[in-house]
Amino acid sequence: MTVDTVEVAQADPRRRQPYNELGLKQDEYRRIRTILGRRPTAAELTMYSVMWSEHCSYKSSKMHLRQIAEKAPPSDALLVGMGENAGVVDVGDGWAVTFKIESHNHPSYVEPYQGAATGVGGIVRDILTMGARPVAVMDSLRFGPATARDTGRMLPGVVAGIGGYGNCLGLPNIGGEVDFDRSYVGNPLVNALCVGVMRRDGIKLARATGVGNRVILFGAKTGRDGIGGVSVLASATFDEGDAKRPSVQVGDPFAEKVLIECCLEIFAADLVVGIQDLGGAGLSCATTELASAGEGGMHIDLDKVPLREPSMSAEEILASESQERMCAVVRPEHVNAFFAVCAKWDVLATVIGEVTDTGRLQVDWHGARIVDVPPRTVAHEGPIYRRSIQRPAEQDAFVNHDGRTLPRPHTRDQLRATVQQLAASPGLADKSWITDQYDRYVLGNTVLAQPENAGMVRLADNTTRGVAISIDGNGRYTRLDPYAGAQLALAEAYRNVAATGARPLAVTNCLNFGSPEDPSVMWQFSEAVRGLADGCRELGIPVTGGNVSFYNQTGATPILPTPIVGVLGVIEDVNRRTPHGFWSDGSLIYLLGETREEFGGSEWMHVVHGFLGGQPPRVDLRRERVLADVMIDAARDRLIDSAHDLSQGGLAQGLVECCLRHAFGARIALPPGTDAFVVLLSESAGRAIVTVPRSMEARFTALCIARGLPHGCIGVVDSLSTALEIEDQFRIALPELLQAWSATFPRLFG
Amino acid sequence: MTFPGSLDDRDAQRAVRIAGGDAVQLWHADPVLPDVDAVILPGGFSYGDYLRCGAIARFAPVMEAVIAAARDGLPVLGICNGFQVLCEAHLLPGALVRNNHRRFVCRDQRLIVENVVTVWTRGYRPGAEIVIPIKNGEGGYVADERTLNELEASGRVVVRYLGGSPNGSFRDIAGICNELGNVVGLMPHPEHAVDPLTGSGLDGLRFFTGLAGSPNVSEGRTEVAVQR
Repeated sequence: MTVDTVEVAQADPRRRQPYNELGLKQDEYRRIRTILGRRPTAAELTMYSVMWSEHCSYKSSKMHLRQIAEKAPPSDALLVGMGENAGVVDVGDGWAVTFKIESHNHPSYVEPYQGAATGVGGIVRDILTMGARPVAVMDSLRFGPATARDTGRMLPGVVAGIGGYGNCLGLPNIGGEVDFDRSYVGNPLVNALCVGVMRRDGIKLARATGVGNRVILFGAKTGRDGIGGVSVLASATFDEGDAKRPSVQVGDPFAEKVLIECCLEIFAADLVVGIQDLGGAGLSCATTELASAGEGGMHIDLDKVPLREPSMSAEEILASESQERMCAVVRPEHVNAFFAVCAKWDVLATVIGEVTDTGRLQVDWHGARIVDVPPRTVAHEGPIYRRSIQRPAEQDAFVNHDGRTLPRPHTRDQLRATVQQLAASPGLADKSWITDQYDRYVLGNTVLAQPENAGMVRLADNTTRGVAISIDGNGRYTRLDPYAGAQLALAEAYRNVAATGARPLAVTNCLNFGSPEDPSVMWQFSEAVRGLADGCRELGIPVTGGNVSFYNQTGATPILPTPIVGVLGVIEDVNRRTPHGFWSDGSLIYLLGETREEFGGSEWMHVVHGFLGGQPPRVDLRRERVLADVMIDAARDRLIDSAHDLSQGGLAQGLVECCLRHAFGARIALPPGTDAFVVLLSESAGRAIVTVPRSMEARFTALCIARGLPHGCIGVVDSLSTALEIEDQFRIALPELLQAWSATFPRLFG
Repeated sequence: MTFPGSLDDRDAQRAVRIAGGDAVQLWHADPVLPDVDAVILPGGFSYGDYLRCGAIARFAPVMEAVIAAARDGLPVLGICNGFQVLCEAHLLPGALVRNNHRRFVCRDQRLIVENVVTVWTRGYRPGAEIVIPIKNGEGGYVADERTLNELEASGRVVVRYLGGSPNGSFRDIAGICNELGNVVGLMPHPEHAVDPLTGSGLDGLRFFTGLAGSPNVSEGRTEVAVQR
């Protein structure tokens, strides 16, 4: 077969090209022809098709995402904002931290283990690319009903994949969340977060500057795995998984581990001008992004790319998503030193091209030019769509069918049974079946890990400074009201971070939605983005980066709209972090915030009645700020010895988790004149429970009063009682409670 | 010791420092062993462990010297992957196989210290019950009946799991030593129990203080903890 070179493209302009099969629309194809003034070569068509995919180009989301930057609150902490591989924030003392969350939903459906594993691998490389040492990972997962066959196949594979890759990389997994809903059958969500630490002056960027500088590809060889992952898997709805297995990448965590150590040594010696990882869209993405962010010109000799399979075509080489590869721009005088570090770690490195001043990305293969394009048109000037938006008619039905008439427990025994039933439900039950498969100790800096409010790591051995991160999201709330749902996710993550004593500083997000071609999905998306942008402005913390995942649906039915929000906070002295479990006998239990009768989207309606309707809990971000300030100041001044945010399952679930953490009982007296069911199970936002040593009570209440935070003492921690006791209501012995809470996952998954 | 794919190497160094020793980083490709008082082979996935855990690390250039020195009495502690390397190197009998439940397991594990004669465990009371994290995918200790009987008869079972084995280890064995007692292999990770802030507690510290001969350790509490 003859190679489709630029020359051939000019000589044979009418050749039919498979743009449709590659995921490009006809007008997109026409636009490429206009840009180039001729038809694209096969290789060029491949590059445009992967880079203009929804996954890489954000063509449906871009016009909405702009407001996140436009509304961003002023922040001194933001060193690198949206648009780079990951945002970087200044966390004080010369330290900087970079963090980001990304989805790997579709690959995980096709091949749970490898899909999830390479999701971790990809986000870790993004963090590494910024110049940071990756120090921890987290994961946010959604599956169909826990009892569904689909979930039984998916969940163990996904968890083993996340664990298998992260454990082998030597990165502690410090937390995350998992939930179940019918809408995720056939479309699980696998979102992985990574956080990295560096010195402020160590930031690296993805740009190919300096004419004559060498372009070096290093890491694993290029193979046929993951071809078209971004365009085939991530940017369309799909039904038959098996046929798409070659589109899923295969991970080699050992290769990534040595790549990390190799890169960090290269960074320390200051041997790179710019660096980019190879993930989605592989070499097409790395070369065009590096070139367009730098001098604008680059020449690549594709024959130099080390291949696993020598028979690969140029298009396959350009589109391959083989994992554990990086691309660096290196001054000629540093090439030998660069190769020496790679040799020490047995990492394969090859000069494949150089930076030019032509303003074009030119790729040669077998002695002929097969690509000659302006790189910006590939990487940044893809199509932008103003998708139609339509608030779905059934949205009103949610408001009208609010579940107010659903039968509630009306005896003490029924209430007791309901609390136990919720504690044992898959969404709220003990997750250690999952988290015990993740190494949380490695690197020796983990201060808090699941099931705590947030994960917390110390930045290094020689400092007490640390960061805390929580990731949260609630598809049911978001389904009822996407604007409020996104803000509730943000508020929960913010509250969780503050509950540990860390001050929230920055936000990342992963927006999981159905097809952007469905106007009602686009309504959900636009509302959620607007809610997130407004929420961040009100809380005063900027978004540093994120990821959009569309086409999460099975047939015509989209998943629950699921924005996952990650908040990162800083704590100056990790010794002062607040744990979430009761551990101090005699401490007073305070409920902070206000409890209203709010059951829309609640766990009680979902678990007990299988019902979704009404309004989600009211959002009051001003109150969230006050609550956070009180918890942070109280931690710093040691006025509290534990704190736990209240969210799904309300006060009852909060108490269950606090008691079971260290097997400490509690005696609770609900406020007089209140409805025990509402107080225990409502999911009002902006609330937390804290425990206060008696000697600190006066100071603590004075703090709440000064800040105008509603607070009330509802009980006492009692190590002798060995039960959760709600006065005048019920008593559940801790062993019985533990059995209910911890037996669910082993029963379901073995 | 750092092999490519070692993960808990920095944690082992930290533990040695906290115990009052000087930690020296050793590199798998070094042809000779520097003048050290002891060697720790850390946890991780050396060379990816794609063949059999520890099977390739055992042939690392520096291992020839380590094996020879161990046979001459140099104290060597293998933790997790290090234990697997020691078995592959035939410095310790038996082998470590995939956990019987087929899942990776990370949790705080109760253990009993049965042999307090080795240089690595002499800081403990006989029969001391301690809590130390385990984290392994292939931590099931197996050996033939004769070997197991011999290990038990000669007091070479150093630590045993309490409350049942978390990985299917024969006779709940969590750690063993060689005949001389200088080479110890452990599946649990004492280096993650030397600081209550970031580990499971302090119960692992004596694995390192015994060697450093540190006088700082008193029952239940160390100078390190008091300073904090």
